[in-house]
Amino acid sequence: MKKLFDTGCHVVAQAVKCADVDMVAAYPITPQTSVVEEIAALTESGEMNCRFLPVEGEHSAMAACVAAAAVGARAFTATSSQGLLYMHEVLHMASGCRFPLVMVNVNRAVFAPWTLWADHSDSLSQRDTGWLQLYCCSLQEVFNTILQAYYIAERVRIPVMVNMDGFILSHCRMIVNMPDQEIIDKFLQRQPNGWIANPANPSAYACVTGADLYPGFREELFNDTKNADKIIVEAASVYRDLTGFWDGDLIDTYRCDDADTFIVTIGSMAAEARLSIDLLREQGVKTGLIKIRSFRPFPAAALSAVLPDGARVMVLDRNYGLGTEGGIVFSELKASLFNRAAKIEIANQIMGIGGSDVNYQMMADAVTSAWDIRR
Amino acid sequence: MEQRNDFPSKYPVSYPVIGAGGDTGSWRMFRPEIDKDKCIKCLFCWIYCPDGVIDRDNLQINYDFCKGCGICAKECPRNAINMIREE
Ligand code: SF4
Ligand code: SF4
Repeated sequence: MKKLFDTGCHVVAQAVKCADVDMVAAYPITPQTSVVEEIAALTESGEMNCRFLPVEGEHSAMAACVAAAAVGARAFTATSSQGLLYMHEVLHMASGCRFPLVMVNVNRAVFAPWTLWADHSDSLSQRDTGWLQLYCCSLQEVFNTILQAYYIAERVRIPVMVNMDGFILSHCRMIVNMPDQEIIDKFLQRQPNGWIANPANPSAYACVTGADLYPGFREELFNDTKNADKIIVEAASVYRDLTGFWDGDLIDTYRCDDADTFIVTIGSMAAEARLSIDLLREQGVKTGLIKIRSFRPFPAAALSAVLPDGARVMVLDRNYGLGTEGGIVFSELKASLFNRAAKIEIANQIMGIGGSDVNYQMMADAVTSAWDIRR
Repeated sequence: MEQRNDFPSKYPVSYPVIGAGGDTGSWRMFRPEIDKDKCIKCLFCWIYCPDGVIDRDNLQINYDFCKGCGICAKECPRNAINMIREE
């Protein structure tokens, strides 16, 4: 096991190298830029055996990855914010074509007005593109999750987006333990391809499809994205068996066993929220934390299983669900628990928008003020 | 060309077959006819035809699928292809 002490962006590059990726196409955008720089440097020096394609924009980056996947290559890209939005139509293409791409999205708030700092409005606005979405709260988890993303994508034949908060994770240095390469190779054995372009047996792919066939493909994608939860769970447990690391599967929980009050959140806020749980516990509130690791598929059953009747749930959203009552995670959680609405109280606090500071005290205050808990 | 249906339904793959685009011959308003006396067998018409309906060896046009676009007539360097109005 090798130890790495580096920034989030460089940890991403190391994970991509360990994943034995064949082709990377990417365009730099703050705060993802040093992912691209580091991969370019590693491929240039020959340290990383991979084709690096510097493209003229994110739409092309995703299109190039789609093309690479179409000939059976293991491909990767990374982006952020407007770059992700610019990819939008090709994201649908990648999932509809069932190509097992992996992308890191360094979460950054969206234009307008211009800003560079973290929130989740970029990735959450892509939630219906058919990509699976995983969120990380530490650099070790980022490293582990990129490897798991290939395990998942190549089995379910659906692309996976790995999300990490801009600057908070991308520019922060942390110690990361890298499992030995033989172990990673064993974990990431190449899977049989689905369709790939083959000149010896010419075929066309994803052509005009009428109402007789189109619904079938979409239904299949719908079912497979939903059922991807099983493979996400499998990836996490196989990875744990091989490396000893565990970041949760669809969700991760902290001090939930006897809790009646819960914080639910995603991304780096889930790391800080542990401190809120400890603080609230000291004050006598039986609080537990649920980190949503997989936002797509949404872990409705896993969440419901953790929450007892009478639970009070505070959802901390780092985004606005424009035109709804609150944040996007809040809406999703409420919808998924609708049939238990009489027995579970769900409240919402939006914080950390555009990289604004979030600390454990603020999160604890959100819980105590929502239910008027006296301290 | 064997193993044509080896993919599960999640992959929207299609293989070329004759007539996959339908009865395109019925679209035709003008019919291309090659004047064998003028023709020098340069094969421009063969390579430009978007529907691949001109036979490379004998320059026979398959009128079941020729849609009458006239590209062959336009590209022929000898003006050897006449577009005749269909009845
Ligand atoms: S008219 Fe068009 S379709 Fe018909 S033979 Fe000429 S080029 Fe081909
Ligand atoms: S393009 Fe004209 S000259 Fe050339 S092969 Fe066709 S008909 Fe003959």
